[in-house]
Amino acid sequence: MSSRERILGRVRRALADVPRDDTPYDRAVPRDYLREHGERSTEETVALLAENLADYRAVVHRCADAELPELLARLLAGRGSRSVLVPPGLPPHWLAAVDATRVPDRAGSTPHELDRVDSVITGCAVAIAETGTIVLDGGPDQGRRRITLIPDHHICVVRVPGQVVSSVPRALRRLDPARPLTWISGPSATSDIELDRVEGVHGPRTLEVVLVD
Amino acid sequence: MSGTYLGMPAFPQAARDAVRDRRLRGNLRHATHTIRAKRAKAVTEVSDWAELREAGRRIKDHTLRHLDRYLVQVEEAVTAAGGTVHWAADADEANRIVTALVKETGESEVVKVKSMATQEIGLNEALEAEGIRAYETDLAELIVQLGKDRPSHILVPAIHRNRGEIRDIFRAEMSEWGRPAPEGLTDTPAELAEAARLHLREKFLRAKVGVSGANFVVAETGTLVVVESEGNGRMCLTLPETLISVVGIEKIVPTWRDLEVFLQTLPRSSTAERMNPYTSMWTGTTDEDGPRTFHLVLLDNGRTDTLADEVGRQALRCIRCSACLNVCPVYERAGGHAYGSVYPGPIGAILSPQLRGTGSDIDASLPYASSLCGACYEVCPVAIDIPEVLVHLRERVVQGGPATRRGNKVLLKPARGHAAERAAMRAAQWAFAHPGLLRTGQRLASRTRRFHPRTLPGPGRAWTGSRDLPAVPAEPFRDWWQRTRGGEDGAE
Repeated sequence: MSSRERILGRVRRALADVPRDDTPYDRAVPRDYLREHGERSTEETVALLAENLADYRAVVHRCADAELPELLARLLAGRGSRSVLVPPGLPPHWLAAVDATRVPDRAGSTPHELDRVDSVITGCAVAIAETGTIVLDGGPDQGRRRITLIPDHHICVVRVPGQVVSSVPRALRRLDPARPLTWISGPSATSDIELDRVEGVHGPRTLEVVLVD
Repeated sequence: MSGTYLGMPAFPQAARDAVRDRRLRGNLRHATHTIRAKRAKAVTEVSDWAELREAGRRIKDHTLRHLDRYLVQVEEAVTAAGGTVHWAADADEANRIVTALVKETGESEVVKVKSMATQEIGLNEALEAEGIRAYETDLAELIVQLGKDRPSHILVPAIHRNRGEIRDIFRAEMSEWGRPAPEGLTDTPAELAEAARLHLREKFLRAKVGVSGANFVVAETGTLVVVESEGNGRMCLTLPETLISVVGIEKIVPTWRDLEVFLQTLPRSSTAERMNPYTSMWTGTTDEDGPRTFHLVLLDNGRTDTLADEVGRQALRCIRCSACLNVCPVYERAGGHAYGSVYPGPIGAILSPQLRGTGSDIDASLPYASSLCGACYEVCPVAIDIPEVLVHLRERVVQGGPATRRGNKVLLKPARGHAAERAAMRAAQWAFAHPGLLRTGQRLASRTRRFHPRTLPGPGRAWTGSRDLPAVPAEPFRDWWQRTRGGEDGAE
């Protein structure tokens, strides 16, 4: 007997007490929890996103679309970044004012090569106000998962209010599980020393989020 | 400190040694009190906590009650998405599968995401025996691995170490495993985190094989979810060419939508955050992004035995948040090592004796490692009634009876050393079955109350060493009731 058959057989014997007409999934789970917490205007939702991002030590900026190239150039220059990773579908005008060397996101790049790049700029799939979370889904303006992991500085551009949702339930509805997803809430952190939170471990130690109107 | 749990003393002995360790008690008290207050605040932020908790309980219960169907669904979905599914009935089989998969790649080292399942099966030791080095990359796991120590907490395995001890371990041991600790390393948490970043980075960048567990597996889509903080998870899940995930069969949720419950309750319960810094979700493999080969090892190792117990199976709802450890007065004082398992604290006290059986001294003593105060049940985000299962398991230890071991029905013998408890219970059963004799006995006890000793003689002395014997009233309750009709009328 294969282990597959053995385990499934054990499960079925263990569940001998469960009736054949047991309550089906649709009725077994009450969904009376909230779709989102509290009522907010669109502007208030965006403000909450900014507040919660900042609470977990992301650096938040806000600007109009026309000001974005200037802002991105300033953020890179401010850190002294000489190179920046660029996903294939990043709108070209975002980088119009950037001096740093552009490193394209290529399948052939090794992790060691990516480790020498100073910064990365991406868009996102959705942002969650209640938790201060941005979600990447590997879309053309976000690139492979590793490019937002290895460089020490990540700038993520969120289009507001279009990409902002209030809550986790609303975010899941917008996301496609077939895509590789990365949920990011602030820079990397740890609570492993005396259960106290410290920011900055293996992921980017600086996360800047630009909310673009 | 040895890395094995074989021959662990029973909980009372291990706890007695642990409570004498003043530094350990200080470290645990500080850490658990820090997180307790924060968790309470994080939970108050969401007004529908009770509804989320109930939904989480129901989702897990429903899944467990139809686990055969959902396991097959997971297998189909993961396979369709480009993954390969393996089934492991026990720890040895899981270790053999993973070892063979690593050997196939030709590599002799793997990077690991923190995973309870791989700790439970002793994967690192099994790989080591075959010449494969497993690097733990979670900060707390790294501290445990470098210190040749055992984990003492589900979420923060090095919770028993304070910052000064961590600095000493880093200074002494990092050079044995790779990049040494920076010169002049101090004990500030930020510097310690930086030291771990530098030490592990070279391992991440060259890694070809990653090993992980998973927090959730979504049956309808075949998606795996890993919730983490440091980014070591993302490193292990996306940089290697081969990813092997070892996942207990109870980690399944039926639908994508179900994540909306657990992604709200898990971070708040475990690290008291609105959301943990990083969550990775992947479905099979993705072209030119992340590992090209993905293996899922579905692990039983006592879970189906646990499932066969209608009271005890609720322990399989556990999402490993560790809120019950942080709030437990026994854990706070005894520490995690006394529980003799990778699963310490209240959840460990009901999980270990079910996964491993109650045959050993340590497993037979774990259901007693509790004062039954119920704080664990209060904080549990999937409402596991831990006190109920503890009492149920105590009964099984004392009385024996039917249980399931390795898929077979067995009849357990009553455990040694509980003869007095059994005799007392038999006497009580006999007395309550004879009301006339009970009344006579109670009246006799009332009349002689002035002569009752304050402490018990013989073996009962230990019990009364820290407890008062209950005072016998001047008049038995039933006599008082008959005389006064409950004080309603006729009461003087």
